[in-house]
Amino acid sequence: MSIDTTDRRLIKATQSGLPLVPAPYAEIANALGLDEAEVMQRLQAMQDSGVIRRIAVAPNHYALGMTANGMTVWDVEDSAALGLGAQVGALEFVSHCYLRPRALPDWPFNLFAMVHGKTRDEVAAKRVEIRALLGDALRSDDILYSTRILKKTGLRLGKG
Amino acid sequence: MTALDDTDRRILNRLQEGFPITPHPFADVAAELGLEEDDLITRLARLKDTRLITRFGPFYDAAAMGGAFCLCAMQVPEGDFDRITDLVNAHPEVAHNYERDHALNMWFVLATETKAGIGEVAKRIEAETGLTVLLFPKEHEFFIGFRVAA
Repeated sequence: MSIDTTDRRLIKATQSGLPLVPAPYAEIANALGLDEAEVMQRLQAMQDSGVIRRIAVAPNHYALGMTANGMTVWDVEDSAALGLGAQVGALEFVSHCYLRPRALPDWPFNLFAMVHGKTRDEVAAKRVEIRALLGDALRSDDILYSTRILKKTGLRLGKG
Repeated sequence: MTALDDTDRRILNRLQEGFPITPHPFADVAAELGLEEDDLITRLARLKDTRLITRFGPFYDAAAMGGAFCLCAMQVPEGDFDRITDLVNAHPEVAHNYERDHALNMWFVLATETKAGIGEVAKRIEAETGLTVLLFPKEHEFFIGFRVAA
């Protein structure tokens, strides 16, 4: 989908969040000189096309006690990676799961799965479950715990 | 840790699923949860103020707009970590950035409006920091059903 200049204004007006008022779309419309129906129609169209993944809250894992956050990384045989990746992504404790290119020789891993838990022991136990699932297709693996959030803002559109 | 009551937990769980595009969306969600509209709005404002939620609103996908996301990693010398963090974070294209316990100790996501933008920003960061930026673009994203149980 291509977005037009009005969509861009709408994205810029909402990318840091929706106003917490009873009629948020009307408030955005007022600020942009549009009408509420058009704002809603454009947001719906962007959601239908995937430009908006969803309108939702992003919980702060850390503040909710999910302080252990491990990026598990796996070197999985290429021929098995798509099928096994789908199984890993379906695990209820995996929040993101991707295939990515290796950066040899330093980085042999092609499957990335984020695992969250209240303790590192909990995350480590989940890692063992993933390892069992990958079986013989697994060559090596590692886990990188996050030790600090350095920045978290989401997408920001520049001028344009 | 800030105390959450059962109503806060229900709100957090419900609003991870999606928010309606209707004239009075808070009233609609409040009705589903058996709450008053103003109670829902007040609680959300408090959850934001106390940083229990980091964002509330549309999640835009740069790739669907013709842009791109890319996970990047750098090996930053420990003694220079804060200075390099400032240089990297100064780029508006850096959407998030985490310190991790690995030789590759800085992991950030670039979100740019064009596919070419990823390489351009990565090159600028390399020039500013004198460090190599490894790029890990996604080749495939697997469907996820994960939600944080608040």
